Amino acid sequence: MAIRAYAAAKRTLSLAEKLTDVNWGLVLLITVIACCGFAMLYSVAGGRFNPWATPQILRFMVGCLILVVVALIDIRVWMSLAYPAYGLALLLLIAVVVVGHAGLGAQRWISLGPVELQPSELMKVSLVLALARFLHRKSVEEVSKPLNLGIALAMIGVPAMLVVMEPNLGTTLIIVMDGCALLFLAGLSWYWIVPALTAVAIAIPTAWEYVMHDYQKARVMTFLDPEADALGAGWNITQAKVAIGSGGISGKGFLQGTQSRLNFLPEKQTDFIFTNFAEEFGFVGSVALLILFAVVIFYGLQIATSARSHFGRLLAMGITLNFFFYIMINGLMVMGLIPVVGIPMPLLSYGGTAMLTVMFGFGLLMSVHVHRQVEIPRYSGGII
Amino acid sequence: MPLFDKKDKSRYATFTRRSLGLGGGMTMIFAILSGRLYQLQIRDGEEYKAEAEDNRVSERLIAPPRGRILDRFGVELANNRRNYRVMIVAEQAKDGVATALDTLSKVIQISDAQKKRITQTIAENKKFMPVPVAENLSWEEFSRINLHLPYLPGVQPDVGETRDYPYDLEMVHILGYVAAVSPEDLKGDDDPLLTQPGFRIGKRGIEKAFDREVRGEAGASRVEVNAYGRVIRELGHQDGVAGQDVWLTIDADVQKYAARRLGNESAACVVTDVATGDIIAMASTPGYDPNLFNVGITPDQWKGLTQHDHKPLLDKVMSGAYPPGSTFKTVVATAAIESGLADADYRVSCSGAITLGNHTFHCWQHRGHGSLDVEGGLKNSCDVFFYETARRLGIDKIQETALKLGLGAVTGIELPGEKSGLIPSREWKMRRYKQTWQQGDTVSVGIGQGYVTVTPLQLALQTSRIASGLNVSPRLVHMVGNQMRQRPTPAPLDISAEAFTKVRSGMNKVTNEPGGTAYAYRISEPGFEMAGKTGTAQVRAYTEGQNGGAITKNADLNWKLRDHGLFIAFAPVAQPKYACAVIVEHGSDGHPQCLMARDILLYTQKRDPLGKPTAYPLKAAANSVPAEDKKSGGI
Repeated sequence: MAIRAYAAAKRTLSLAEKLTDVNWGLVLLITVIACCGFAMLYSVAGGRFNPWATPQILRFMVGCLILVVVALIDIRVWMSLAYPAYGLALLLLIAVVVVGHAGLGAQRWISLGPVELQPSELMKVSLVLALARFLHRKSVEEVSKPLNLGIALAMIGVPAMLVVMEPNLGTTLIIVMDGCALLFLAGLSWYWIVPALTAVAIAIPTAWEYVMHDYQKARVMTFLDPEADALGAGWNITQAKVAIGSGGISGKGFLQGTQSRLNFLPEKQTDFIFTNFAEEFGFVGSVALLILFAVVIFYGLQIATSARSHFGRLLAMGITLNFFFYIMINGLMVMGLIPVVGIPMPLLSYGGTAMLTVMFGFGLLMSVHVHRQVEIPRYSGGII
Repeated sequence: MPLFDKKDKSRYATFTRRSLGLGGGMTMIFAILSGRLYQLQIRDGEEYKAEAEDNRVSERLIAPPRGRILDRFGVELANNRRNYRVMIVAEQAKDGVATALDTLSKVIQISDAQKKRITQTIAENKKFMPVPVAENLSWEEFSRINLHLPYLPGVQPDVGETRDYPYDLEMVHILGYVAAVSPEDLKGDDDPLLTQPGFRIGKRGIEKAFDREVRGEAGASRVEVNAYGRVIRELGHQDGVAGQDVWLTIDADVQKYAARRLGNESAACVVTDVATGDIIAMASTPGYDPNLFNVGITPDQWKGLTQHDHKPLLDKVMSGAYPPGSTFKTVVATAAIESGLADADYRVSCSGAITLGNHTFHCWQHRGHGSLDVEGGLKNSCDVFFYETARRLGIDKIQETALKLGLGAVTGIELPGEKSGLIPSREWKMRRYKQTWQQGDTVSVGIGQGYVTVTPLQLALQTSRIASGLNVSPRLVHMVGNQMRQRPTPAPLDISAEAFTKVRSGMNKVTNEPGGTAYAYRISEPGFEMAGKTGTAQVRAYTEGQNGGAITKNADLNWKLRDHGLFIAFAPVAQPKYACAVIVEHGSDGHPQCLMARDILLYTQKRDPLGKPTAYPLKAAANSVPAEDKKSGGI
């Protein structure tokens, strides 16, 4: 076995081999989840494909194409593209602060001709790529060296600062969590981790006082006591909880969700799409959906731990964690366990950039899977 | 370079270990999410289902039509008419309520005060609740709004019902009026109708006393609404119960005549059926327009009503207490005959004044009346006769008779705010002033001055009882819905028929014998003659020596200081049918109250409402006996 695998790693895989090697089970799983999303978009539009379901289906089909193409491209190519992609995403982020126009009270979008782009979404994937490449060279001991740690933290911190300036608290959170998780996986010493966690515990009240915007503070306050302003800012959380809770065990049935159909649910097609699912399919449906998500993550973990290259492992784990953080923050948010931070539910929520970046991420994950036997020397910079 | 160097092996181990650690962490998060779903959907599921249902379903109340108020012949005294109105729904006003009102004020007139009131009402209600902006619009205004509707988001034209009082000022004190619900009205009344914007509740009179009956019960429409309160569809419909009609004993025609006859005086008049106590008319002037309160009275109008020295808001018939003056002599006369004091030989000689102790009491006739019997005392309204008679009777006997005749206690009429008046007694004076009763007090009471006060309603009741000898009590409401208000047939009073005959004869002489104090005001048409008794109630405190009011002429005084003029009467003399009491506050010379009573009684007799068939079975009520009497009689 080992010898055959070793031999396989030595030669370049043919296109046909790569195609058969793509984990089609995972692709099917993603498609099933995405279909749940289409069904919900159809439902919240009052049983119509427009305005949300049809564009979302088209985007998903494009996303599938991207997934396969990205999966077939050699992982070493992605390694070489890691820094340029990161640089480009960083430039776009700077641009969005300078020229981006306001959408939903925040500067998040940039217009590139007909395409509206959300650079912070690109940054999540780019950061994972770049950090994976950076950490690929570092041994466990080297990761904890101040210089290396400093560089890595700068790679995380600069985009995080830019995104928080947009301001987009949710994405900042995910960027920081992605970055820190990769450092942790690369073997960062506990001597760093413990004091850092302590520092964060101290920094939160400070940030509350000096860094956070009023609307962000309001969200937190609303979260802590949603009933205090049940018709104002607390509306979102209260109504989301009512929607989920009223689903009961088996749900109200497809297209029967009154909370969304009668517009009691805010942002029903984007951030709060899960509540509609929970309302219509109940506890049974929601837990089943969570299990599907968990299986995707399990696949990710399995791909990450079976990759032969450190870059591949970090990349796969980074993508998987990024996917997980979306689910976690969105899930906790719509169920009223954390404040509303504006993070969509991956594969379910309506939105172009999010869908394409998620599918691009899965492409990278799949590329790691396809090229799991490829070894990359520690000091390699890729193959371009 | 080796493919699996030592360093890579160690970091692979770390990576795998920590990945699995993170995997454990992620599993925990999934467990938390599932646990939360369990909590929300299974543990609290029913509660949230109810909340979602509450969100979805809105109960829209349908106000029932308010019951009418009718007179004895079925004439509508209070009814409902179409009310073209315009409502605003805050949530649907895209550019805000203020802008919507500004635009609307270009189409119809809306004052700043109205705008303020509307804004306040909107703030107090849910955003999808329609709040009335303007009511009672003309058809032209209403059409104009409908025409401009496309430019008026949030504005809803609506045809509702509003209370209308065709007899406005002439009937206002009986009917009262309806007005917007106040916080006090909500205490102890949880009818959801009351919280509906624009709902009206009875505030005075019959409208208040029978509010529950005429209000009816709300119907409900269960509708599915969206988050903005827009109705998606109706889920169910429950018809309300229309308010019940209230049938009064009033004859609108006599009432109207009486109110007009009182004119601009500050006056009150009651006409009753002597055999039953049913009230045929009761007017208090000046009146006011009840429709003002329905539409919303302006501060200026309210100030005008409260500061008017003729007190239009006061129902003088039952809420005004006055010294009865000489009309009280009928009570003293009854007491004197009944007690045996005034027997066939009883006479009192009047020389124009009488000295009791160290006080001299003057008669209004300074020349004196000479020797008088009871009937003569009444005919001449001789003060000395009644000073002396009262002194010899004592307060106890007078009080007893006065109470029997219906004075000194509320009559129990179906309207809120009735005053009891006052018939003083020894205990009362001790309680009130901590003083013993003096003979001088009795003497003052003898001519209806001093502590005695009565309401015009009590005067009419007293007259009815004297005229019929029956223990009648006043009644205004005959029937509610189709439910007759049962009451026993009036029994004879515990006073001898002889006493009443004599007093009636004395009252006959007052009006129909030359020299009687009201001879000038008699009804001379045969068959319609009335018997009566005049009265003057002093308003200012007379100083010693001015007694009798002869020193200062009434007409020279300030309106406020003039005496009240009273008159009680019944007719026809031979077969009493109608009793009447009139009081004119600070009446001018020439006894306007007597003229009014004469005209009203004559008009009533000629119209003869009691002789006409009523729109409801009047006799059934009068002859009916209480349930327990029937039982005992059946054995």
